[in-house]
Amino acid sequence: MTDQTLMWRIAGGSGDGIDSTSQNFAKALMRSGLDVFTHRHYPSRIRGGHTYVEVRAADQPVRSRGDGFNFLLALGDSFARSPQEGAYYGNEKVKPLAENLDDLNEGGVVVYDTGFFEEEDIAEIRLEERAQQEGWHVYPMDLRALAREHGREVMRNTAGVGATAALVGKDVSYFEELVEEAMSGEVMEANLTILEEAYEQASEFEFTHDLRVPTGSHETDQALMSGSNAIAYAALDSGCRFIAGYPMTPWTDVFTIMSQNLSDFGGIAEQVEDEIAAAALALGASHAGVKAMSGSSGGGFALMSEPLGLAEMTETPLVLVEAMRAGPSTGMPTKTEQADLEHVLYTSQGDSNRVVFAPGNLEEAYEQTRTAFQVAYDYQIPTIILYDQKLGGEMRNVGVDFFDREPDPSLGATLTEEEISEAAHHESGKFERFRHDPENGVSPRSIPGQTGGRFLASGNEHNTVGHISEDPDNRKAQMDRRMRKLEHVREELDGRDQSHQTRHGPADAEYGLLVWGSQQDTVFEAVDRLNAAGHDVKALGVSDMLPYPEAEVREFLESVRECVVVEMNATGQFRGLTQKELGQYGEKLSSLLKYDGEAFEPGEVVDGFESSIDGGQPAAGNMKFVPAAGD
Amino acid sequence: MSAFTGIGEDREIDQEEFTPGIEPQATWCPGCGDFGVLKALKGAMPEVGRTPDETLLVTGIGCSGKLSSYFESYGFHSIHGRALPVARAAKLANPGLEVIAAGGDGDGYGIGGNHFMHTARENHDITYIVFNNEIFGLTKGQTSPTSPKGHKSKTQPHGSAKDPVRPMSLSLASGASYIARTAAVNPRQAQEVLVEAIQHDGFAHIDFLTQCPTWNKDAKEYVPYTDVQDSEEFEFDTGDRREAAEAMYEAESRLYEGEVLTGRFYHDPDRPSYGEEKRAQGDVPEEPVAERYFGDGEWERTADELIDRHT
Repeated sequence: MTDQTLMWRIAGGSGDGIDSTSQNFAKALMRSGLDVFTHRHYPSRIRGGHTYVEVRAADQPVRSRGDGFNFLLALGDSFARSPQEGAYYGNEKVKPLAENLDDLNEGGVVVYDTGFFEEEDIAEIRLEERAQQEGWHVYPMDLRALAREHGREVMRNTAGVGATAALVGKDVSYFEELVEEAMSGEVMEANLTILEEAYEQASEFEFTHDLRVPTGSHETDQALMSGSNAIAYAALDSGCRFIAGYPMTPWTDVFTIMSQNLSDFGGIAEQVEDEIAAAALALGASHAGVKAMSGSSGGGFALMSEPLGLAEMTETPLVLVEAMRAGPSTGMPTKTEQADLEHVLYTSQGDSNRVVFAPGNLEEAYEQTRTAFQVAYDYQIPTIILYDQKLGGEMRNVGVDFFDREPDPSLGATLTEEEISEAAHHESGKFERFRHDPENGVSPRSIPGQTGGRFLASGNEHNTVGHISEDPDNRKAQMDRRMRKLEHVREELDGRDQSHQTRHGPADAEYGLLVWGSQQDTVFEAVDRLNAAGHDVKALGVSDMLPYPEAEVREFLESVRECVVVEMNATGQFRGLTQKELGQYGEKLSSLLKYDGEAFEPGEVVDGFESSIDGGQPAAGNMKFVPAAGD
Repeated sequence: MSAFTGIGEDREIDQEEFTPGIEPQATWCPGCGDFGVLKALKGAMPEVGRTPDETLLVTGIGCSGKLSSYFESYGFHSIHGRALPVARAAKLANPGLEVIAAGGDGDGYGIGGNHFMHTARENHDITYIVFNNEIFGLTKGQTSPTSPKGHKSKTQPHGSAKDPVRPMSLSLASGASYIARTAAVNPRQAQEVLVEAIQHDGFAHIDFLTQCPTWNKDAKEYVPYTDVQDSEEFEFDTGDRREAAEAMYEAESRLYEGEVLTGRFYHDPDRPSYGEEKRAQGDVPEEPVAERYFGDGEWERTADELIDRHT
């Protein structure tokens, strides 16, 4: 094996520290100059149960998980063992090894903890036989004993990292440095000893593999972050100083990051009784003059459709986050999907409008969250950041300078008391907060407590000062004004130097791939491979859902013969949206769908595209191809 | 200079300032108890010394929800049952605001029951007026959470098999620090109680009995009533939870026997409000967060504060 890309999978039991170990591992590789990307897989349970994290690393940009993986560190599931006989979790202890072998690439490397896997377990899964067939290189090590000897059993993760470092030819000092930073005292000493000891032990093997990870270099300082980090930091940089929420996977990540940091930024974080309250609190705070957000995942967001509509009708700026997971109902809490698009676009009654962004990667998550705040406050309309479990949980390195932005504490179309005194008032003294006439649909607001700014914000249809009104002329004028906002948002977004939509591949390519949200970078990698294999393909990653970037998508679709829409749901929701918004292209658009809870791998998109242009179904049964109308 | 010069203004306040100089005429029915709430609230404001500009009235939906249309202040007419979460956040965002929330018995004890329980538990510094007329009025007379057992309506043709909610007991158990019951037919007491409730630093819940002449003709007009503070039968310490609980239980039971007991039932002036707790913990800054957006103070950047953790 001569592949210089490391696709390292650490597998163990939930609650055994797989996540934190993989983060440190990725960070050490990043510090050594490599580009890294992590992919998390975990079950919906707290302790025990098979979990893994993949870290892909190379000396060139990596923006997606790979196809399969080439290095397995199988630690064993400590919670599969019961203190009493008759284990709680039955035969699961061998899963971290057994469950992962199917995806391990030919010629891959395996390190497993002999302290956890007994000989009969190994015999049962026919490891030796399969290793011969697949050309795997197997290095059994008693990591548990090593950890116990110098510290505690839980430190076997550290031992595994030390062994990995030796086997891929990575200087152990990068890992030592992280241990020294993250720990202190005896714990640090023990971990350092275990790290070095495992490194030494692994170095003594006779290496039969030749997977060597190079040392790269970065032009700027790098940070390792998740999509959830990017969203939360963008919110803070946007001047968001209020969040209310209720925990629900995977939205909890953003909620937690905000809650842990807001007080240091002089803000307020509230965990409340339910999601209706959460969104209503964010609304109340925003009404009172604080930039605010809330959010949830599908099921919790369903409860927010009431306050969402109220925000639209009262024209209270509000930013909501929707972190998709597999549904319907509570679905699969820890698995990824892109099936809440229609839910987010259309929930709430009446001709209710909102702006929906669907970032495709870490940078877009940051950029679009900033845009979401700016648009919400400039246009007094709810905005939604729609992403998924994959984007929220995956980590990548990104230049530190990317985050070096000026804060944006602007409340948008909000008046100062001086401006209020010059603004139009009804003869009664009430401020005309909902005037019909503004060209872009936005009537500037006042904040409770400001002298002379009194008005009524009402979820009922209302007149210019906010009083309930069912007058037909007023109704039409108010509706028209509120609906004008979306046109102006679209114009503003189209007028920006940098579009939210991302093009990839040769401009004159014959075939197109259309993709939205977190699958963008995976599809872009697939495009490169397809073109290298002689196809003629380009892709467009769409990140604005509503208002829809009609002109850009139309131009793209006009330029290709056929186009496959790649998305993680069973009903082709984005393809449907595209056809609805553009009013055509039913004949041109087909769908490559995946809805088994896992994100696409680039190779799957390659496979899906190749089989689709032949008119067949993908070879891998975990995907579905839906042809264009009339095909 | 403060961005909110309307807050903390010290001057004579006339209750007429709280009458909107604008249509609409109230859409409440003639003889509706809701007029009594409006009158008492207008009367209370000059006494507590708060102006329309520094007051935010958040209402729910229904006849009670229209209070914000007929009362001049900053208003937020929200949605059924959700007035409290909106009000809570506004108070946290700007503690200088006088935040009053109002809703009906269906709104507050039914659809908004969860918010009621948690707002009381957290002891937010909000005054919460619940218009209790034992009926759904605006939807034309359906059984409400406070309708008596056996109450017949179009949606409960055989009579309700449910015991009514005990609002004050619920409030006390949940953690409200000021609880009173008053009635629209008792304007003097209503205004007195409202003044106390608004001045109270914590969650003040007023179960405000309002007659519905259109849909609940059977319901007493809440007269004659007895003021528990003036009654020799009811000598209890409003600062003692156990005694207050007993008095509430009595009052709530006897309401359905035709005897109306009103007055102050519980008052704990010492329990700090949620906002105070949060500020004491350092969880929320001393200065109103809302004020910052109008100042020219420094805004922290994540790049300076947080990015190091990731490198």
